[in-house]
Amino acid sequence: MVEGGKWRRWVFFYIPLGMFVFVLLFPFYWMLVTTFRPDNELYRPWMAPNYTPFWTLHPTLDHIRYLLGETLFGTWMLNTLIISIVATAISLLCGLPAGYALSRLKFPFAGSLGTGIFITYLVPQTLLFIPLADIIRNFRLGDTPWALILTYPSFLIPFCTWLLMGYFKAIPKELEECARIDGATRWKAMIYIIFPIAVPGILSAGIFAFTLSWNEFIYALVFLSSPAQKTVSVGVTSELIRGDVFFWGALMAGALLGSIPVALIYSFFVEHYVAGLTGSVKG
Amino acid sequence: MAATGYALSEPHARELRHGTVTRMLEDERWLALVLLLPTLVLLALFIAYPFVKGVELSLTDTKVGVPGGFVGLHNFAALSNDTIFRTAVWNTFVYTAVTTVFKLALGLWLALLLNRHFKGKAMTRAFILLPFIIPTVLSTFAWKWMFDPTFSVINWTLYQVGVIHSRINWLGDSELALISVIIVNIWRGVPFYAISLLAGLQTINPELHEAAAIDGAGPWQRFWQVTWPLLLPVTIVVVLFSVIQTFSDFQLVYVLTGGGPANSTQLFATYAYQIGVGTGLLSQGAAISLAMFPVLLLVVIVQLLYIRRVETH
Amino acid sequence: MAQVLIQNLNKMYGDVYAVKDVNIDIRDKEFLVLVGPSGCGKTTTLRMVAGLESITSGRVVIGDVVVNELPPMDRDIAMVFQNYALYPHMSVYDNMAFGLKMRRVGRAEIAKRVQEAANLLGIQDYLNRKPRQLSGGQRQRVALGRAIVRHPQVFLFDEPLSNLDAKLRVQMRVELKKLHNRLNTTAIYVTHDQVEAMTLGDRVVVMRGGLVQQVSEPMELYNSPANRFVAGFIGSPAMNFTAVRLRDAAGSLQADGDGFCIDVPEEIAPRLRRYAGRDVTMGIRPEDLRLANGRHPPGLCFDAVVELVERLGAEILLDLKVGQQTMVASVERTVCAKRGEKLQFALRPERIHFFDTASEAAI
Repeated sequence: MVEGGKWRRWVFFYIPLGMFVFVLLFPFYWMLVTTFRPDNELYRPWMAPNYTPFWTLHPTLDHIRYLLGETLFGTWMLNTLIISIVATAISLLCGLPAGYALSRLKFPFAGSLGTGIFITYLVPQTLLFIPLADIIRNFRLGDTPWALILTYPSFLIPFCTWLLMGYFKAIPKELEECARIDGATRWKAMIYIIFPIAVPGILSAGIFAFTLSWNEFIYALVFLSSPAQKTVSVGVTSELIRGDVFFWGALMAGALLGSIPVALIYSFFVEHYVAGLTGSVKG
Repeated sequence: MAATGYALSEPHARELRHGTVTRMLEDERWLALVLLLPTLVLLALFIAYPFVKGVELSLTDTKVGVPGGFVGLHNFAALSNDTIFRTAVWNTFVYTAVTTVFKLALGLWLALLLNRHFKGKAMTRAFILLPFIIPTVLSTFAWKWMFDPTFSVINWTLYQVGVIHSRINWLGDSELALISVIIVNIWRGVPFYAISLLAGLQTINPELHEAAAIDGAGPWQRFWQVTWPLLLPVTIVVVLFSVIQTFSDFQLVYVLTGGGPANSTQLFATYAYQIGVGTGLLSQGAAISLAMFPVLLLVVIVQLLYIRRVETH
Repeated sequence: MAQVLIQNLNKMYGDVYAVKDVNIDIRDKEFLVLVGPSGCGKTTTLRMVAGLESITSGRVVIGDVVVNELPPMDRDIAMVFQNYALYPHMSVYDNMAFGLKMRRVGRAEIAKRVQEAANLLGIQDYLNRKPRQLSGGQRQRVALGRAIVRHPQVFLFDEPLSNLDAKLRVQMRVELKKLHNRLNTTAIYVTHDQVEAMTLGDRVVVMRGGLVQQVSEPMELYNSPANRFVAGFIGSPAMNFTAVRLRDAAGSLQADGDGFCIDVPEEIAPRLRRYAGRDVTMGIRPEDLRLANGRHPPGLCFDAVVELVERLGAEILLDLKVGQQTMVASVERTVCAKRGEKLQFALRPERIHFFDTASEAAI
């Protein structure tokens, strides 16, 4: 019966799991290979006899060199980094107190406000981008990083607030009460007691917010125009294509390098990221 | 009751030890206001205000650089006659429905697979989320390259295996384009479903499965009778989130096809972009964006009602 | 002068009274216990004294200051919670120092006080540890230490021993009492355990349904309960209650119950005379039922069948069937009794309680 058991495991478990992992990760492998593949191999049609798709025997750094040297990729990375960090900071600065208030204080309309903030999370950027572009223009923020730094929190804050509410609710109220009896004002109790305990949640929210900022596209596409102001996603999309010609090597290099910061942070904080994701779903 | 024998004092001296601000912030209601103010201001400025402005825009005939006048529901009437718009509506519904069904089924299957114990489980779980983590635009480019009619690795593989004999024009064929876009969306969404559903699965007490097994239920029955009902709350939340995201999707289609060929992959968002930003017809673009709103509102209401029902249980 | 005066205190949630008309004068240095079943309002009362709940009406005075409008931090009190409420992200030292830091006490003074309290409680070796590295008993001491360093006017305790296992609870009870004797500070202690109430309190307040039932010293609660509730709440095993009809029999009163008939002792007969011919509730504690040995007056004896014998070691509990009802008797461990055996029991005349059936007040 050991034979039968093993067979079943392979058919129903290992093979499907393997297929999932393969399909989910293959495009990244493809990104990797393409980045280091020389142009002559790259542009070999797939019906050609010496098409070696899955590896290359002549890896090259040409595309990366082109990307970093001939394009504004470095600037884009810097822009995106700054925008994501500042937007995340703003969102946490707003989301922390908001989450605290909604989950631990009693005041009129608490429920409706909480629901209201939750609803704004569900208003997609693609619904607002046209009027928002107008507003950005009127505030004279067009084509500056501020256009994104100020608008990203509009979808980051609701998320952070909601996530942090979950963490705050789990902290027993006796801790605050004891702090207040000990001599702390409500404000001090919040800062010295509640916030430090919620640090895992703050980390999750921050990491998730950073990733969401990095991933944002349509606002960046619409609000930014000069090449030097663009973020990685927009820059790669618009500047690495001349007319109908796609510079695939550089494109994939851009895609690869552009993914690294997020992937790095993710790899160090996987648990926090998963907690953030599942926390936002379980509410 | 004992007589105290001396006068009681009201705590004037003590109260004045604190400034007015400190005393005010001790009141829950004032504190809540101060804490919520930055958030409310930001959301009012960048969500409420644009929304209102969007509605206003859609009722005028503004173009870029040309302020417009009030035209009532003219833009919406024009849209209902616009064949491209109708195609976009149809596409969006098909896109959302098909991807959601597949994402749920595949995500659930993957979650069930991940729910076991095996070596390298943590690492597998970490790698699986990559499609969701990596910026959509960047990973979509990889797919675009994989779909390229001349250089597609997928075509090559299928050719080698003998399934096809000539090339498949994944993104250039108007029949195939929507399917290709759907495939990429499913690829991107499965990890989100899988990890969320996995979290849900892990909250199900294994003793319930054991009891069912002892009662004689086979694996399929155990799934339907025990796992599925208990997973329903998480499933519904995940599906509703995902539906909203997918319905208003932009990045994927923009990169892969831009809405073509022949509008076969045009969605609300891409069409709004094309009309509003591409051709500068701001009002019409705003109207297209707003046309999404009724459906989204419905989905949000359903979700809120569901959450309320779960909470009162 | 750290007295605490609770005057006409009320707390309402909507239309429901959680605490009604509570009046208690707590003397300086007194250890007062609030005891009662869950939901009786004892914790709500404590929290109103602490400032954690708003007061619907009435006054709370701490020392000589009316504290109704003062936030908790200004009331000069310290509280020990049931779940200890230790700050998990801080070391034991920082936990104890927190309150002093909030009040801008100097570092040297903080160190002195923390060391003092730590030595007093035996936790001086744990000062650098985090709460999660401590056992339940150690955490309890840290919570106590945190309260002590503040040198408050009043200590408040909210069921601090409930989370400890039985043995530890007994040990901590003793330590708490010794601590109070040393510190000599007013204390208000809330518990649902009547044993803690009896052993710790200088005076005990029994509460039920938001109302004060009785305020007395422990032994007085035991000997002279003001009503049936207090009588049944204090003492374990609980007092036996039985309905009796008072009959006038040739000038003396008889209590006619199910399965027995007792002569009402002369000392208490006058109080009961006006109930003659009516039903009242009679109460007798298990420990006040003795095995009749022939020297007991027959008017105070009755027969019972032993249904169950529970040997506790120090004593034996007998579940008795008297008529159609059950009673519990607590007898010495030397007694030989067997299940099904019919025995005769005697009541001690001065230990019989009577209660008005309708109002439940003691007669």
